[in-house]
Amino acid sequence: MNIEDQLQQLTGDLPHGLTEGVALGTGLAEGYDFYESALGQVIVTFNPEGVSSVDIADGFEDRYLERLGRVLIRAEAPTAWRRHIPEAIERGTPGKLPVDLRSVTAFQEKVLHTTATIPKGEVRPYGWVAYEVESPRAVRAVGSAVARNPIPLIIPCHRVVRSDGHIGNYSLGGPHNKIDLLEHEGAMPRLLEDLAARHIRVRGNPADRIYCLPTCSRIRGASELIDFRSTAAAEQAGYVACEFCRPHG
Amino acid sequence: MNDLANALATDLDKTFPTVVETMGRQLFWGLRRICGDHQEAEDLTQETFIRAYRALDGYEPERIRAMDLRPWLWTIAMNLGRNHLRDQSRRPTYVEMTDAGTEDPELMDGAAWDRRLSVLNDHQRKAVVLRHVVGLGIVEISDITGRPEGTVKADVHRGLARLRETIEEET
Repeated sequence: MNIEDQLQQLTGDLPHGLTEGVALGTGLAEGYDFYESALGQVIVTFNPEGVSSVDIADGFEDRYLERLGRVLIRAEAPTAWRRHIPEAIERGTPGKLPVDLRSVTAFQEKVLHTTATIPKGEVRPYGWVAYEVESPRAVRAVGSAVARNPIPLIIPCHRVVRSDGHIGNYSLGGPHNKIDLLEHEGAMPRLLEDLAARHIRVRGNPADRIYCLPTCSRIRGASELIDFRSTAAAEQAGYVACEFCRPHG
Repeated sequence: MNDLANALATDLDKTFPTVVETMGRQLFWGLRRICGDHQEAEDLTQETFIRAYRALDGYEPERIRAMDLRPWLWTIAMNLGRNHLRDQSRRPTYVEMTDAGTEDPELMDGAAWDRRLSVLNDHQRKAVVLRHVVGLGIVEISDITGRPEGTVKADVHRGLARLRETIEEET
């Protein structure tokens, strides 16, 4: 055989994983991997832009297809931010982890970014989020944005609750998971329900005459607390709003 | 070939995997013979396709329709510098689920040919591989490498001669 013919045969098959690697690198497919959380094992999906969804394993693929509709490939997250995923799940905020919120509207994205600022161990009413995104009347729109959060646990939508005492629904397996999570984080969901049942919205510390939302870390260690049914009532009693939890609305 | 460009122009996302399936084999093995390293060739092939996709995503359909995809992909591949590795840390990596061997079956005595090809200088090796392993024409290779046609012809000619000498020395 002459040399040209031999050179022509110096090829083989397409290497394993090349098709998948290209699909993942272009974003035509998303990768998924398993992580531990306070709710047990969860599935995290990601692409070069960041983490795109978090879900529980049961029924995951159907929900994913309905919502994001891309091809899924078992993969490892990009090395540049892989280590931030367990940390973000544990702390309940993205931190340095990039999140891909291209599947939601600009308003919903704003709501989710605000939600991500709620500290661990605390909760905020839907109205508070509406106020923070400068749409104080859009409480219902905030509600549906939070319900559609594609990245629960990392964007802590479980920290947004109804002001009437109901903990509210939760996309990640139902309301019992929301209560479990809040208990795990020390946000005292039972106390919140009890306060709401008594129509108490804010609590003031007579020592510094500052009033806060019930889970604010500022009033955690206070020896005595005065309960108020509204921010107006607290103001009337000569109390000033806390600058950390901003108990408005 | 033109059917593929037409399909790409109509539906990029749906057609692109077919481009990888159709052209990936040749691109990978060409790069594999040029650089002599399996993993590096795989990285370069993947990077070429990712950059190609991004470029196509920004092109008008008419422009895609008029494209000759194979030499275009090779132009991208030949222009990839070492800095492409920087981007890899920003991408998910595929996890092999089967026990399939990582080394592909190589026809002929692949390792011996890697050694022989390594004897050639870079220009000769590229020219010989693109001409005879990949099967591109002299004009296409000239476009891809940016070297005049006459020079490419000479590179191929001298490269083949050098390979013949090397094989003779082996026996």
